[in-house]
Amino acid sequence: MIVLQNLHKAFNPGKANQVNAVNGVSLEVEEGEFVVIVGANGSGKTTLLDMVAGSVLPTSGGILVDSDDVTKLPDYRRSRWIARVFQNPVSGTASDLSILDNFRLAAIRTKPKGLSIGINEDFKKQVKERISTLGMGLESKIDQPMGTLSGGQRQALTLLMSVMDTCKILLLDEPTAALDPRSAALVMRTADKLIKDYRLTAILITHNLKDAYNYGNRLILMGEGLIVKDIDAAGKSILRQNDLFDWFG
Amino acid sequence: MDFYLTALLQGLCFSALALGIYISMKIFNIPDITTDGSYTLGGVVTAILLTHHQPGYIILPAVILAGGLAGALTGLIHTKLKINALLAGILVMTALYSVNLSLMGRSNLPLINVSSLFSVIIISGDPNHNTFWILAIFVVIITGIIGYVLKTDFGIAMRATGNSESMIRSLGVNTDRMKIIGLALANALTAVSGYLISQFQGFTDISMGIGIVIVGLGSVIIAETLINWFRITTVWLSLILVLAGAVIFQLVLAVTLDIGVDANLLKLVTAAFVLVIVSLPRIMVRAR
Repeated sequence: MIVLQNLHKAFNPGKANQVNAVNGVSLEVEEGEFVVIVGANGSGKTTLLDMVAGSVLPTSGGILVDSDDVTKLPDYRRSRWIARVFQNPVSGTASDLSILDNFRLAAIRTKPKGLSIGINEDFKKQVKERISTLGMGLESKIDQPMGTLSGGQRQALTLLMSVMDTCKILLLDEPTAALDPRSAALVMRTADKLIKDYRLTAILITHNLKDAYNYGNRLILMGEGLIVKDIDAAGKSILRQNDLFDWFG
Repeated sequence: MDFYLTALLQGLCFSALALGIYISMKIFNIPDITTDGSYTLGGVVTAILLTHHQPGYIILPAVILAGGLAGALTGLIHTKLKINALLAGILVMTALYSVNLSLMGRSNLPLINVSSLFSVIIISGDPNHNTFWILAIFVVIITGIIGYVLKTDFGIAMRATGNSESMIRSLGVNTDRMKIIGLALANALTAVSGYLISQFQGFTDISMGIGIVIVGLGSVIIAETLINWFRITTVWLSLILVLAGAVIFQLVLAVTLDIGVDANLLKLVTAAFVLVIVSLPRIMVRAR
């Protein structure tokens, strides 16, 4: 589903403050795989994810999504395949717009945004039904601005929004980093359920080693802009949680 | 009383400008100063076409097109060359001064003996009432169109562009293109205000746009204060308050003139008035 070919990314190339964020990563992610990436700060995880999403373009190397070469496509043209959840809940939703408006945009992620009114009673009902599956009582608040909700609620809604339109790939960049433990657990459970229900191919970046251990069927450790360890489903099943902590020891 | 009626009529003329500033400043979060230039451009295009006896159905589209081009140019400079939006606007505004001057060929073009919008359409026998009704219909149509656009999928995407760029890009919207369209729309509306004012006052002057952006800003800020006051979230009510802001702004200026403030001090009073409105919510919070 996703093929990365010898990806490099250098920021400020040729200058004194050049940063080599990613130094030659090759990776194949199969359809339906749920890849968890861990690594220290500055190991290149987020840059790698940004290159898959298209918000950062690689210095060299190639990216294939669903057998299409997307290396040079900007992020807004990769939304055909890819939905994202950001670390900061503010990045993934529009605060001043109502929950309903946010969901409307998400529902036409892969389609053109035309000059017709798309929000009708049917759509409202559909959104309410979707939101009620979270069990947060937000279905009665769809006309409220997104900004009035807590970070956990917004992340959970962002996850739901990602499957409002056809979605093949879900990118999660530390989605729970800004959340309290309870909200974080709920968001991770929601993510895991959606990934299974919709058979999504997913990449999760996390600093939470418990989540890295509990979720996903492939585990990657990054360091210095390279893949240090790549553990498949079989390997992950015999891995102990303490082994992960040892990697960072 | 005529004095206040004139203020009301001017307020209606400026409501397109206020809507334009509302779109660039509140919806796109871009401080756009192209306004001063595109407003005059609207007046200039109107004056030239009117004195060349062109029909009304050509003049208005030409004005909209000219304003839209000016805005799109600012948008292009801002998004493609990554120039700060404020500077991009100032550059286009400055360039437009020369463009306007060479288009007109002189600094002032009177429209006394040409048939304008207000003399061609007759709704009421009284010229002031006639002007009022024409402007009212005009404003209702413009507000209707903008309100509808903002409710569509495209409009929601527009509103999201100024709100969370990362989000709307990940949802498949080319934010650069969206900003260019937004600035084009805002300046097209601004030019329409120039079109209305020129015909209303009966001339186009090269300096008519100087400081006009503050009229739009003041109107939008009055509207915003009211929007926050009454916790309004619907698009329609927000737009109506922007219109109200434009009229209130002109009425306040009329009051200041009425109580005998020197007309030369009008811009100073305008700036001070806007300052008061901007700071009022904060002063009131502190007082509590």
